[in-house]
Amino acid sequence: MPKRHSPRGRHRYWLTLAIALGLTVSGCGQQYVVLHPKGPVATSELNLLILASVAMALVIIPVWMLFAYTLVRFRDNPRHEGVFVPKWQSSRLLEILLFVVPLIIVAVIAVPTVQKTYALDRLPPKKDPVVINVTSLDWKWLFQYPGQHIATVNYIEIPAGKPVLFELTADSPMNTFWIPQLGGMEYTMPGEVLPLWLEANKPGVYMGRSGQFSGTGFVHMVFSVKAVSSAAFNSWVQQVKTTAPGMSLATYHSIVKIGTMGHESFSSYPAGIFPTTTHGFTLTGSSPMKMP
Amino acid sequence: MSHIIAELFPPSTLRLFELIADVLIVLTTVSIVGVLTYTKKWVWLWREWLTSVDHKRIGIMYLIAALVMLFRGGVDALLLRTQLAFPNNHFLGPEHYDEIFTTHGTIMIFFMAMPFLFALFNVAVPLMIGARDVAFPRLNAVSFWLFAFGALLLNISFVIGGSPNAGWTAYPPLTELRFNPSVGENYYFLSLLIAGIGTTITGINFMVTILRMRAPGMTLMKMPMFVWTVLVTGALIIFAFPPLTVSLALTLFDRLFGSSFFTLGHGGMPMMFVNLFWLFGHPEVYIVVLPAFGIFSEVVPVFSDKKLYGYPIMVASVLAITVLSYGVWVHHFFTMGAGPGVNAFFGVSTMLIAIPTGVKIFNWVLTMWGGRIRFTVAMLWQLAFIPAFLIAGATGVLLATVPVDYQMHNSYFLIAHFHFALIGGTVFGVLSGMYYWWPKMFGYMLNERQGKVAFWLFFIGFLVTFVPQYMLGLEGMTRRMYTYPPGLGWSSLNLVSTIGAFTQGAGFLVIVYNVLWSMRYGERDLTGDPWNGRTLEWSIPSPAPEYNFAIVPVVHDRDAWWDMKQSGKSEAFKVKSSAIRPVHMPKRSAMPFLLGLSFFVVGFGMTFSWWVIAIIGGLGVLASLLYGAFDYDDFEELDPEVIRRTEAGLGRLQA
Ligand code: HEM
Ligand SMILES: [Cu+2]
Repeated sequence: MPKRHSPRGRHRYWLTLAIALGLTVSGCGQQYVVLHPKGPVATSELNLLILASVAMALVIIPVWMLFAYTLVRFRDNPRHEGVFVPKWQSSRLLEILLFVVPLIIVAVIAVPTVQKTYALDRLPPKKDPVVINVTSLDWKWLFQYPGQHIATVNYIEIPAGKPVLFELTADSPMNTFWIPQLGGMEYTMPGEVLPLWLEANKPGVYMGRSGQFSGTGFVHMVFSVKAVSSAAFNSWVQQVKTTAPGMSLATYHSIVKIGTMGHESFSSYPAGIFPTTTHGFTLTGSSPMKMP
Repeated sequence: MSHIIAELFPPSTLRLFELIADVLIVLTTVSIVGVLTYTKKWVWLWREWLTSVDHKRIGIMYLIAALVMLFRGGVDALLLRTQLAFPNNHFLGPEHYDEIFTTHGTIMIFFMAMPFLFALFNVAVPLMIGARDVAFPRLNAVSFWLFAFGALLLNISFVIGGSPNAGWTAYPPLTELRFNPSVGENYYFLSLLIAGIGTTITGINFMVTILRMRAPGMTLMKMPMFVWTVLVTGALIIFAFPPLTVSLALTLFDRLFGSSFFTLGHGGMPMMFVNLFWLFGHPEVYIVVLPAFGIFSEVVPVFSDKKLYGYPIMVASVLAITVLSYGVWVHHFFTMGAGPGVNAFFGVSTMLIAIPTGVKIFNWVLTMWGGRIRFTVAMLWQLAFIPAFLIAGATGVLLATVPVDYQMHNSYFLIAHFHFALIGGTVFGVLSGMYYWWPKMFGYMLNERQGKVAFWLFFIGFLVTFVPQYMLGLEGMTRRMYTYPPGLGWSSLNLVSTIGAFTQGAGFLVIVYNVLWSMRYGERDLTGDPWNGRTLEWSIPSPAPEYNFAIVPVVHDRDAWWDMKQSGKSEAFKVKSSAIRPVHMPKRSAMPFLLGLSFFVVGFGMTFSWWVIAIIGGLGVLASLLYGAFDYDDFEELDPEVIRRTEAGLGRLQA
């Protein structure tokens, strides 16, 4: 006799089926990077996206249905016997409802928006972040690790499970620094240093790119982010320190020159290539940088 | 000599597409000149059109220009989509792609959407309020010619000197001379500055017209809804264009005169440009969508045979949107580090704007409720707008949710959002208005069957193009990429999107065919009121005679013409011969055309830093202005006999 599914098993069965169906219908495979977060920031942003989408669906789907019903019921057809009220033009109750219901829905989205906007601006307390100074150049990314005193071009390694504080600037037209699986983007701008913290939950390789057009080589502004264990991270740092060449000021100037580049590593970098003073008005309290 | 030629025709103007365009431009020009000469129409063109100050003629010229620009911007769009159809495609190179997306966006916003709306302002507003013209007819022509020559200046960049290539937003430092030495960006700044003067004048002109020239009895709360939206659009223009002018002019200074307002280094502050640009940019999106809301508010009652539901609420919503739209611009750069306090404020203010917008949508649906809906082409565009704009608004709220915007900013999700708003709102709106007012402009109807074919092609193509783009955004595809590698999951969605784009292109071609066919075979509108209209423009013949109203009507009700028809007074509306008085009419003038031409010369000279030419143009500007200022002979009396004859010929004279 076939064993009956326990209610719980049945439940799980339907859930899997629903998810599988949802994924095939909407095509939500892994390529939907925004929907497959790999870190706390991206997860938190995705949760808000889901909440806001559901709230919006609660508005637009009923309106669509009302709209479709109106079109069918009141189309100009000699056979249909809809009411015809050519002068009806106001109803107090309806009007109040029209403002109050959307206001409630907006409030449902607005409150968590404000909360999360503040929350995501702060580094998680008591976790010592790895700091990476990011400079966008035409058309490559230069990364400096002030704590480790090494530098890379177009790739970074970060320890998984630890927050990373990116400090962003540009020695070129603007770009945005975006690693969709880890979290949202932030601009790199000449003369400003903007903070952005992200974290990877698990080891893995994540794609990063620029979201702000910066000229003909802009599509090549991609970089890879390799999240590894803390031990592996330390040994990678050691390896770069011992095997990679150093970066002189002359090397830096040759990197700044317009053009694209592959991955590079440097065991040192010259002082002063990352700005220490800024216009100042865009720095927030969460950055360790001092205002001028 | 040879270096001048090298400057005028750099390699970027000598690629295959540009050469094909050259040939087409030369052929078209030659054939137009040939036809005009052969049919001896030069004088006619000059007297009846180029120097006309009649708002109806100016409206038609705006319409023609907007349709031509829609074609140009549409071809740009198809080129872009063809390049993106397949991964690693080599149809366009990066330089070429960048130029084309820049001209596409700039043309669509400034030289298609705005003039298309201005066409309808001109055609409809004076007729709807029972006026004989706009408040300042000659300035109205100045607006048109500044727009037309501004548009020309941007368009010639394609074949002379090279196109701008930094996007319609032109953020420095990318537009700084150091990173962008070609003359393309100069074209961008100068053409927008010139057209911007015209736009500002239009805003003022229509505000004054509406406030001062309404027919007796038409109080503000009895104005048609479209007139309300034009009024607030005027206010939006007056306050939004100055920041644009400042940001464009200062960047131009940086490029031409070596100043450092927004440069990289030397204390320049590029972010300030972004701030100023969007201080204009967000009100701008309402400048192009509020009039479309107005058009829908006219079309829905007529084709539902019912009064507009909730008129006072509609007015209140429009006013609320106008005020709020100045308080949201930072949502275009949440990711520029203004800090959580600022971002939270602007996120919430943006969400609030969705409320009056949503209320309006409800009101249109309630207007149809209990009516008798006729599915004409004008109505179909409106019916497509409602579901499309709901999506645009809902995704707008998602983008206003600050942490979500961090993931969506500058991605294809954003692209899909604003195309749903701009096509689903503005383009559907102006096409609805075009089909609706066409008989009033030209005296014949556009064929409905062909119009429906065009509509379905365009609407389905629109969904097929832009729904996949929302998904591409979630897959991490960013805007303004000229190509992408395979293997990211982007390929099939991009191909689908391209197919949709060509379907829309086919829809546009059917519209063109529809217009040309109807010109010849279309049903003539002999009644002046083909749709059973409700507002005053339908009380007069189609096309409207030069003086609009033989006798200025007196208004008692919101739907003034409907009211007259209902109370059986429409017969009485026929003109009594004895009541006709001479009409004070503005005289045609060459000044607006010459002023526009002079500005064009200034713009062209400054683009290439050829100062002699720029100064000659400047003197032309001065001369045109002086000539205009001292020309006191600018009005004439229209003989009542002419009016009598015209009205009698239309069978509108009371015995
Ligand atoms: C419910 C109303 C709306 C809301 C809440 C809304 C919200 C937003 C937000 C937050 C952005 C910025 C996204 C980003 O850059 O990351 C945006 C961009 C944009 N929106 Fe809307 N929007 C609304 C209606 C409209 C309308 C009516 C139009 C035009 C007719 C429009 C056109 C645009 C355009 C053109 C952009 C992007 C411009 C660019 O970056 O090139 N939006 N919208
Ligand atoms: Cu906006």
